[in-house]
Amino acid sequence: MGTLNILVGVCLIYVAFLFLVAFAAERAALEGKGAWLRSPLIYTLSLSIYCTAWTFYGAVGYAARSGLEYLTIYIGPSLVMIGWWWLLRKLVRIGRSQRITSIADLISSRYGKSNLLAVGVTVLAVIGTTPYIALQLQSVTVSFDVFSSAYGAELTDAAQGSNALLVAAGLALFTIIFGTRNLDVNERHHGVVMAVAVEAIVKLLALTAVGIFVVWGLAGGVGDTLARIDASEIGQWQMRGDRWATLIFLSGAAFLCLPRMFQVMVVENEDEDHLRTASWAFPAYLMVMSLFVVPIAVVGLDLLPPGSNPDFFVLTVPLATGNDALAMLSFLGGFSSATSMVIVAALALSTMVSNHIVMPIWLSTQSGGASVSGDVRHVVLLSRRISIAAVVFLGYLYFRLSGGGTALASIGLVSFAGVAQFLPVLVGGIFWRGATRTGAFVGLSVGFVIWAYTLLLPSFGAGTLVSESMLANGPLGLGWLRPQAFFGISGMDPLVHAIFWSILLNTMSFFVASLVGFPSPLERLQGAQFVNVYEHSSTPQSWGGSLAQTEDLMVMAQRIIGAREAQNLFEREAKRQGMSGLLPEPSPDFLQRLERELAGSVGAATAHAMIGQIVGGASVSVEDLMAVADETAQMMEYSSKLEAKSEEQARTARQLRQANEKLTLISEQKDSFLSQVSHELRTPMTSIRAFSEILRDSDRLTENEKIKYSSIIHDEALRLTRLLDDLLDLSVLESGRVNLNMQSGSLKGILDHAVSSALTGAGADKMRVVRNDQQEDLMLHTDLDRLSQVFINLIGNAQKYCDATAPKLRIEVGRANAALVVDFIDNGSGIPKTEQAVIFEKFSRTGEQKVKGAGLGLAICREIMTRLEGSVEYLPGQGGAAFRVTLPEQVAMAAQ
Amino acid sequence: MNAKHTIPFLERQSYRRRRLIDTIRTLPVIGGVLWAVPLLWRQSESADVVMTSDAIIYIFSVWLLLVVGGGWFARSLKRSDAEETERER
Repeated sequence: MGTLNILVGVCLIYVAFLFLVAFAAERAALEGKGAWLRSPLIYTLSLSIYCTAWTFYGAVGYAARSGLEYLTIYIGPSLVMIGWWWLLRKLVRIGRSQRITSIADLISSRYGKSNLLAVGVTVLAVIGTTPYIALQLQSVTVSFDVFSSAYGAELTDAAQGSNALLVAAGLALFTIIFGTRNLDVNERHHGVVMAVAVEAIVKLLALTAVGIFVVWGLAGGVGDTLARIDASEIGQWQMRGDRWATLIFLSGAAFLCLPRMFQVMVVENEDEDHLRTASWAFPAYLMVMSLFVVPIAVVGLDLLPPGSNPDFFVLTVPLATGNDALAMLSFLGGFSSATSMVIVAALALSTMVSNHIVMPIWLSTQSGGASVSGDVRHVVLLSRRISIAAVVFLGYLYFRLSGGGTALASIGLVSFAGVAQFLPVLVGGIFWRGATRTGAFVGLSVGFVIWAYTLLLPSFGAGTLVSESMLANGPLGLGWLRPQAFFGISGMDPLVHAIFWSILLNTMSFFVASLVGFPSPLERLQGAQFVNVYEHSSTPQSWGGSLAQTEDLMVMAQRIIGAREAQNLFEREAKRQGMSGLLPEPSPDFLQRLERELAGSVGAATAHAMIGQIVGGASVSVEDLMAVADETAQMMEYSSKLEAKSEEQARTARQLRQANEKLTLISEQKDSFLSQVSHELRTPMTSIRAFSEILRDSDRLTENEKIKYSSIIHDEALRLTRLLDDLLDLSVLESGRVNLNMQSGSLKGILDHAVSSALTGAGADKMRVVRNDQQEDLMLHTDLDRLSQVFINLIGNAQKYCDATAPKLRIEVGRANAALVVDFIDNGSGIPKTEQAVIFEKFSRTGEQKVKGAGLGLAICREIMTRLEGSVEYLPGQGGAAFRVTLPEQVAMAAQ
Repeated sequence: MNAKHTIPFLERQSYRRRRLIDTIRTLPVIGGVLWAVPLLWRQSESADVVMTSDAIIYIFSVWLLLVVGGGWFARSLKRSDAEETERER
């Protein structure tokens, strides 16, 4: 029992170590120090999740039962990797240029971003993977059981079940922590990949250690081992040729199509160049993994009593020879194989489920389509987390319901055959332009129905899901439809039979339906983009939009990638286009970039649909058509250049028009400035003159009247002074002769002061101010009085102009593009687009002049912020009037 | 004089590169053929049967050949890529 406790301890330490590794990798990546995280070695090692517990433990059992047939499982992927130039290179290039997030995303993207296809692939992938996850859980619990029974402590069924549940919960937790920490637009998970790489080393070490121990420790060297192999019951080559060839094909196909392999191979790929190294290094890894399998099997058969389970020779051989430490290492190896597979599979499946099933449903239940406000990121993250938990739990459920016996062990190949049905659609999609969505749909359906009918259902045993009479005579007595002998061709191995017919009919129906149907323009464009990825490594079709929609796009983008990130993105884009402010021109370029950013969070199909909803459909540009029709390339190129040029000119013209409008407005303002100043000066002057004349000329004034008139004169004089002060202030600021009184103080203090002084005197309609103390906990070093003046002005404006029934002002502090920003957002109707351009000009007042004020406030604010090396801008798309005060980073830094 | 010498040299470089890619493309085909050889071996019922140890040695030798070949050609391709970018500068 003591060794058992040590085993549990070692296991826990190992798990803690994995958490640590993943955490450290995440941190390093976050701090930008993760160059070593992106080495070809890590990439190669992460591919090793192909070797699950099924291969770690099961390969030895497989070899003990059927000789060298187990090698086919490794030979297939080796050939695929060695042939990287044919397929993988193209797959990775497509994955990177189209921001593919999963195999479902790839297939749906290729066939016109069809969500139906994505849902189908996702469902099939879940069906194919669940038994496999169950298999991993089983291997961990059974290997634990093997260990404990070796020490005379038999585990009850209940204890096994709770072990499996514990493992499943732990794995789900790990995946949720490191798989959904953030929504990365590239969908890469450094922590997970690093942990998987470490586990790859552990399982390789474990298996080679056991192998070396067996060959040199027990069998007495290479020569003796080979002699022992020949003397054993698997000593003669006895392989059915059809199985050999079919299994090599099957494992190669599964290697490409398994969701978890696609995740590490294409999605997590950092650099196309890594494939070059992996192309030979991964076959080498597989070779070493399979090298010692036969020796272990043969020695196990010799050494252990007949009837012992050969699946666990890797554990039982060291245990039987009293080598506890080695057995423990080998246990960790098996544990690593199982856990890494479950983690990556859960991650890959959850991305698919969340992007292609949960998000579309959630979006369609939201009234108002894509442009309602509110943050949608938490929904994406939550749906990922729930999907992960659900996928792992589904595996656990399958494990419990299937009873965990031998039925599970045979499910590995069944599962491979299921996902291999993606192959025709995948390969056809990236090599054949004529492949269509209808074809893909028909092919996949046919393939999966045949797979389920000939392989999945019979795999549960005759008489459970498929009756014995049906196996023998076919459904309804139709002999040619017998599940294991189609068209009366009997005598084939059931597995070979199923794979042969399902892949053949899948491919044929895919081909024929593609030939007959007619693809939509989007499909043809995507087809050209995928097939000729090396020539056109750009995003597919272009969007056309007008400026008015940029604000809607911003509202949508904020929901998906977060307010701050979206604003940064838009600002960057605006800068790239050489525009001031936050809203870029909705050029096709910008829209494509935006779509790709969104695709990283919600998948290509959803992102495309969302942008389409706002911009109103894709316009197919001449450039894209070129990709479709190469024959007329030259002519097209010429006209596409013309079009690009005219588009650019149109944009320049629009910008010029904007500038002109602004200039005209400003000139009008200059004119009105003088009349405004004289008007503003004249009104108080008139009343001062009138009342002073009354005071001078009439003698019969009562004391009260005198006081009343002179106080009017006093008030008007004060108003004059205030106006002159403002004008003076503005001219001082504008001429740059202002002296700044630099002080340190807390942002919270300044805001407190500003809020209280701006809202004094407000009556019943006083507005509610929403603030966040934590955000405001910052020290500043700047001219605090001037800054406070800006804040007071903005808050005062909100109080004056906000027309909501329950006025509310949100003050948000944060960081954007290496600057400190303070946003003032109210819930009124905002400032109309036409006036946004001029509100910062002198004497501009919005709407009807119902509120008193000379219209100098915002002009002064802007001048102050310019002096403080920051800015104040109108922030569009926030639901109400919103102003953003930006302070340079060093203002906050200097105070610390 | 110099220019006349360099131009054929460059073309030979890119010609080599294309042939190198051809080799890389052929490698999986060679592997597939070599690994298909076991299909021709006699089954256990017949007289002179292939022993498992010989089969292991054969299959793993093919494996080693592919790994070493693949590694070698991938590295040469990288070198030729590097030279290519060097020349473009």
